Amino acid sequence: MTFIRKPNVIHPRSPRNELGLTIRDYEGGMSTLCAGCGHDSVTGAIVQAAFELSLPPHRVAKMSGIGCSSKTPAYFLRQSHGFNTVHGRMPSVVTGANAANSDLTYIGVSGDGDSLSIGLGQFCHAIRRNVNMLYVIENNGVYGLTKGQFSASADIGSTAKKGEANLQPPIDPCRMAISMGAAFVARSFSGDKEQLVPLLKGGLSHRGFTVIDVISPCVTFNDHEGSTKSYEYTRQHFHPATATDYIQPSKEILAQYDEGQALPVSLHDGSQIVLRKVDHDYDPTDRAFVYSFLERHQMAGEIVTGLLYYDDSQQEMHDLSKIVDRPLSSIDYKDLCPGQSVLQNLQNSFR
Amino acid sequence: MSTGPRNNDFTIRIANVNGTGSASANGLLMKALFRMGIPVVGKNYFPSNIQGLPTWYEIRVNEHGHLARSGRVDVMLAMNAETYKRDLASVAPGGFLVYDSTWPRHTSLKRDDITILGIPLARMCNEAFTLARSRILMKNVAYVGAAAALLDLDLKVIRDSLNQTFAKKVELLEANQQAIDLGYNYAKDNFDCPLAFTARSIDKTGGQIMIDGNTATALGCLYAGATVGAWYPITPSTSVMDAFSRFCQRYRTDPKTGLRNYCIIQAEDELSAMGMVLGASWNGARAFTPTSGPGISLMSEFLGYGYFAEIPAVLIDVQRCGPSTGMPTRTQQADIMSCAFASHGDTRHVLLFPANPEECFYLAVQAFDLAERLQTPVIMLTDLDIGMNDWMCKDLQWDDNFVPDRGKVLSAEALEKMDSFHRYLDADADAIPYRTFPGVHPNGAYFTRGSGHNMYGAYTEDAHEYQEVVDRLRRKWETAKNYVPASVVEYSEKYKVGIISIGSCDGAVQEARARLGESGIGVNYLRIKAFPFDAKVDEFLDAHDRIYVVEQNRDAQLRALLLLETPADSATLKSTLSYDGMPISADCVVDAISEDLAKGVAA
Repeated sequence: MTFIRKPNVIHPRSPRNELGLTIRDYEGGMSTLCAGCGHDSVTGAIVQAAFELSLPPHRVAKMSGIGCSSKTPAYFLRQSHGFNTVHGRMPSVVTGANAANSDLTYIGVSGDGDSLSIGLGQFCHAIRRNVNMLYVIENNGVYGLTKGQFSASADIGSTAKKGEANLQPPIDPCRMAISMGAAFVARSFSGDKEQLVPLLKGGLSHRGFTVIDVISPCVTFNDHEGSTKSYEYTRQHFHPATATDYIQPSKEILAQYDEGQALPVSLHDGSQIVLRKVDHDYDPTDRAFVYSFLERHQMAGEIVTGLLYYDDSQQEMHDLSKIVDRPLSSIDYKDLCPGQSVLQNLQNSFR
Repeated sequence: MSTGPRNNDFTIRIANVNGTGSASANGLLMKALFRMGIPVVGKNYFPSNIQGLPTWYEIRVNEHGHLARSGRVDVMLAMNAETYKRDLASVAPGGFLVYDSTWPRHTSLKRDDITILGIPLARMCNEAFTLARSRILMKNVAYVGAAAALLDLDLKVIRDSLNQTFAKKVELLEANQQAIDLGYNYAKDNFDCPLAFTARSIDKTGGQIMIDGNTATALGCLYAGATVGAWYPITPSTSVMDAFSRFCQRYRTDPKTGLRNYCIIQAEDELSAMGMVLGASWNGARAFTPTSGPGISLMSEFLGYGYFAEIPAVLIDVQRCGPSTGMPTRTQQADIMSCAFASHGDTRHVLLFPANPEECFYLAVQAFDLAERLQTPVIMLTDLDIGMNDWMCKDLQWDDNFVPDRGKVLSAEALEKMDSFHRYLDADADAIPYRTFPGVHPNGAYFTRGSGHNMYGAYTEDAHEYQEVVDRLRRKWETAKNYVPASVVEYSEKYKVGIISIGSCDGAVQEARARLGESGIGVNYLRIKAFPFDAKVDEFLDAHDRIYVVEQNRDAQLRALLLLETPADSATLKSTLSYDGMPISADCVVDAISEDLAKGVAA
């Protein structure tokens, strides 16, 4: 979580959002990741998405685990609260935080080691509970901070920097999330901001658990020939199934879409995302289809990207638990304590 | 102790097979004694199993109010053929045993020094009831009827209890009353009732309730204003959340909308449960998790985080027998050390030690205040004996003027006036910094981290900056001594030795003091209620040169902690230990001290 303070200089003609803030107001400390790290591009995309959505920074909680990816919350939204938890345990902390205050926006940033190895259980159970949060996995197939071990998302045959090949099958967070009932599942590439930013905005507006698996190459330990998570490999095998346009509640839908190719989806806050099918047959609402589509393309070595699956029928954690609308943390103590007379009556049953 | 006929001073043990519905019948018998005004305690010795294994329920009746495990059995209701041989052997001379004579017992199983009574319970119930399940259940009720006759219980009290329990279920009420009659009449007709022990109505249970510690703990969490409970089911703590959930449904749910102002999350494991508690507390809710030893092991990683990042959390450790899985349904106080220092690095945690359900209620409330005042996890250590057994306690009282201590939290108004906020500054020189809740005000944002940080909350790897923070945490530990509940000290007029003890040992120690006092040995007694130790501990150690540290674990963990944290001399502190999984008895304490003192005299 090292960071260097950035000078906060704002150009007078910088565009301002609905809150009157510039994009600089959504930045954080200077990144200390390696030059060219995919994660820094994801950081930039989050900054842009939050700016464009006019999120009040102090109403955002930035959550992470341990690893290179988990350092990044220090590099965006400096005016937000941050919680850098322990390795693989960010989902449980967000679950508790969200239970206490459902009104904040929760951005969780994790990596493939943090989410798919040490934290696999917590990742799965946050999905099952449908915790209202944006969960970004910065996926590079490798452990960076400990210098180059394979992670659980490494593909079979992908080679490490020193040459040995990974022999174990990868865990695909998207397929896993779909199988466990996640309602908003997307994949993108750190090198494709045009695709990533609308997905982040959609995910931030979706009420429920959103997972975005972002292939984010590690320039130091996993960007060589033979790696299937390198910039070059990802660009060559990038297969967008859908393209996403995000439309804010206040904006009119101006773009024209071909009949049958566009799928407008209304989100809970009144905003819309419009999915354009790049792949003609793709149906992002058909769970079984999506699952087998992803599997088929993965076997072919292709990286399917875009909003892969969306289901608007699911209730998030607070609705499922029938919890009051206001944050539990804001309820007055006098409304929580039943008092002496209740205690005395209750104790009659203990005699 | 003397044998022979006794009023209001005996122990009943009921041997059963678990899963046969005996719990309500046993509760009926215990409550009848309680409602006759006689002090009583019920202890359940049950297997880690759902159906088919032996289980015992023990009711101690003692009009002086000594309610620790007595260590003897006067009346045995031997309803389990499988354990009959050892149940027979366990009865103290002069006592009696009741068995179900529907099936004959082997003739070799005899004893001349006790009275053995056969009652054809199964046969009578099979004739009176038609359904298989009611035949089994009513057999239990019938032995309560027989016990009522043999012990001269007030039958009206039992009938009233049944009327109350089954007020809305007439058929069940009739069957239960009939089963009571079957047992009662058979005993009256065939034996010379009452036998050696009798229950006489007195008035020593006024202003008292019968409650288990887990229920009392849940009430404490409710009254403390806890809104988030995260947990993973584990014996013997599960009934804490069961009770909390029940109370919340009743008192925290809008009757019109059905909406709840609480959130209970059954986590996927204890690691998650602890993470949820930290997340919720960080965000301004009062949050807790009930668990037991194995859960503490799993929560240790997050406990260290909570300590270092200074996040309040309340944990309830209902201790069971370790190590490892140990004996999940047996009691012990063997998590003292692991809780005190849970997690890697220089970590230490505030601990609370209630002695009974009554203290579970009050200390649970205080645990939340301490956690928020000190901004650190607080672990309340109860045990299976306190948590799951039925104890007689003084009525719980609540002061409606109570205001929870939320500690140093900056409001939006306070933040508005500040140019900058730094999370870990020691502004008041008490080593407790100020905190903010997310979303309250833009000036309050900060980064919470378990990695090295400086007093401003920023990441650091600087030797000096790091050490400044951990040194302040150590000073905060000193501050904690001013907030934790003080030890309870009781002096004897004829002082000879001292006892230091903890938690559920209290009943046994109190009884031992009375008995030792009768034989001329005066005992001064200090009961520790919290870690860090308060000033009274030092005073007591200073004033005594022979102290027995009474606790329920093998390795004398409390004694070790005293030696570690106080100037106590190891020669002064002698250990009296009970750790076989059964609740400690007064005999254990009396015998250990008597023998040790005799040794001293002989030398």
